[in-house]
Amino acid sequence: MTFATRTTLAACAIACMTVPASAGEIWITNEKDDTVSVIDTDTLEVIKTYETGERPRGITFSKDFSRVYICASDSDAVQVMDPNTGKILHDLPSGEDPEQFVLHPDDVHLYIANEDDAITTVVNTQTRKVVAQIDVGVEPEGMAVSPDGKIAITTSETTNMAHWIDTSTQELFANTLVDSRPRHAEFAKDGTQMWVSSEIGGTLTVFDTATQTEQAKISFEVQGVHPDRVQPVGFEFTEGDTHAFVALGPSNHVAVVNADTFEVEDYILVGRRVWHMAFNADKSQLFTTNGVSGDVTVIDVASRTAIKSIKVGRFPWGAAFRP
Amino acid sequence: MFRAVFLAFVLVVCRPVFADTMLDVGYLHVEVPQPPTLSNLDPEPRNNGLAGAQTGLEDNLTTGKFLGQTYTLNEKSVAVGDDALAAAQALLATTPYLIVDAPADVLLRIADLPEAAGAILFNSAAGDIALRDADCRANMLHSVPSDAMRTDALAQVLVQKRWSDLVMITGTYAEDIAYADAMRTSLTKFGLRLSDEKTWDADADMRRTAAQEIPLFTQSFGDYDAMIIADELGDFGRYVLYNTWQARPIVGSEGLSARTWSPVIEQWGAAQLQSRFEEQHGRDMTGQDYAAWAAMRTLGEAVTRTNATDPKTLRDYILSDAFELAGFKGRPLTYRTWNGQLRQPIAIVHPRALVAQAPLEGFLHQVNELDTLGIDQPESTCEAYQ
Repeated sequence: MTFATRTTLAACAIACMTVPASAGEIWITNEKDDTVSVIDTDTLEVIKTYETGERPRGITFSKDFSRVYICASDSDAVQVMDPNTGKILHDLPSGEDPEQFVLHPDDVHLYIANEDDAITTVVNTQTRKVVAQIDVGVEPEGMAVSPDGKIAITTSETTNMAHWIDTSTQELFANTLVDSRPRHAEFAKDGTQMWVSSEIGGTLTVFDTATQTEQAKISFEVQGVHPDRVQPVGFEFTEGDTHAFVALGPSNHVAVVNADTFEVEDYILVGRRVWHMAFNADKSQLFTTNGVSGDVTVIDVASRTAIKSIKVGRFPWGAAFRP
Repeated sequence: MFRAVFLAFVLVVCRPVFADTMLDVGYLHVEVPQPPTLSNLDPEPRNNGLAGAQTGLEDNLTTGKFLGQTYTLNEKSVAVGDDALAAAQALLATTPYLIVDAPADVLLRIADLPEAAGAILFNSAAGDIALRDADCRANMLHSVPSDAMRTDALAQVLVQKRWSDLVMITGTYAEDIAYADAMRTSLTKFGLRLSDEKTWDADADMRRTAAQEIPLFTQSFGDYDAMIIADELGDFGRYVLYNTWQARPIVGSEGLSARTWSPVIEQWGAAQLQSRFEEQHGRDMTGQDYAAWAAMRTLGEAVTRTNATDPKTLRDYILSDAFELAGFKGRPLTYRTWNGQLRQPIAIVHPRALVAQAPLEGFLHQVNELDTLGIDQPESTCEAYQ
């Protein structure tokens, strides 16, 4: 992006924002800086930077936002931080190389993908004990849990599967193939659907949760970008799950997918190698992490335009919102 | 402890989705005499290549356990002077899938064995361009890049850097000469100029150490933008760096190199493959390891998606549009349907970091940018795939 474009976007960010978003923060993990950057969703500026363990990637808050959990992959730990002070309170046993995780709706159990070990580790955040370790495919990464908490999902990058875990027994009950290098999973439509992105396959697969069968497959086409470079990774759903915003990696675009028709409606140019994302409080703005350009793009959801780039640390990866 | 307990349950509870499927794969290593080099600082690992196939086997097994699919790997090594064809025949009697680390002439004789008709052989070590051209075989796929793919990759970097005036020093071994030939073709293809060449011949009247000999040896080159070293066996090249008469970058077999794989690659999830490999074998992963890994994973991917084990089904799938291999190079890897070569990005590295990855931005192709590397369909004289 040229300086002129940046200036225009910044000017637009000020001019276009007639309705202020409700207050909040977006927390960004910086994979190669061992820090988190905290962005104020009103001023769209970095207000704090806290140190973490090595190679922070996955990030999520406890339900009351009093704790933030951070996967410090190269420290082989999930760190628990007090978000008010930035102080690391303690580490959770996480298994080796935790990359991504998901917090169960019970607010107690963390499901953690151990990328180097082909294992999903279930940790009780209160007793700080490992509850279960589940053998999954090679390089587990994407993690999701159904809204009713009954099903957890691990996707494995080299095995190319979504593994379905029954959370009452911590056992696998289904393994479904997807396209190459699945990266991220999310439940949608009150848990009736489960979506998986495939980075190298270039697709999103939509499963019917009840039957674990494929319901739809979504492909992308970015003008002027070779299909090989269009690599879906992180994605999030808008209010009411009407649309999915999908990060397309090195194509430097975010796609807007209609979650009812499964058609791609828009592509939004963002920073370089877009990874993951988080919405603000009322889901009017979306913050994407751009790994290579080291910044966060703020997207106005209603107009589907990028309104600002915010410089953060090196290789921003995960994003999470807190009020 | 948890792991053991849950592994047990996985085996019991997770019934295979498909019927049990078993794929046997053979790995044949044909030893070649290694000529002496000036330094033994970097000995070739004894299990070079095989280690990659073993890591690929582990990856396949982990995936296969969820699908009721298993894999085996049988290895045979043929000592210098022993009968490579007999060893190949013995392996082919047990399986039609062979990963072969052998010189081009031996590869061709194996491919032409009656026992190899209908088999799928993976060339995981020979970069010879002819194997992808006039000497191609319908039963041979190439998971290792051709010499031309590597020299084209480097030529793209030279173009991008505007290092257009080049000189080259070539060793006397067949591998050096083949590399220099490929390089000349690449320089022509990308509009670069080779203004002078010299041969590094140990038989010449050189009475000092290589390091002392180099300044004088390179003085006559005059001025140029970059120097190419064709020293594929790692004999003299390491002594050229920082000893040339002119202060210019060194590229080719030394300095800035185009590699199938390198321990310095950490992007695109490669760090995971590197650490998995290192944990299993206690050393860095080489290009030959990568090529053998890719061959094993190609078979694994084809079995995963087709649940078949017969060569015809697997070959058809591997050469179809549906096939794609996630090879930790940032793009899906596929096979060229006209000569069986695995399309792949080529890393441009120095020993401490990845410098670039070819194809470079701006090098376009009407079908696939990866086809800017190596011989392309219109120029290929391979007929076995028609």
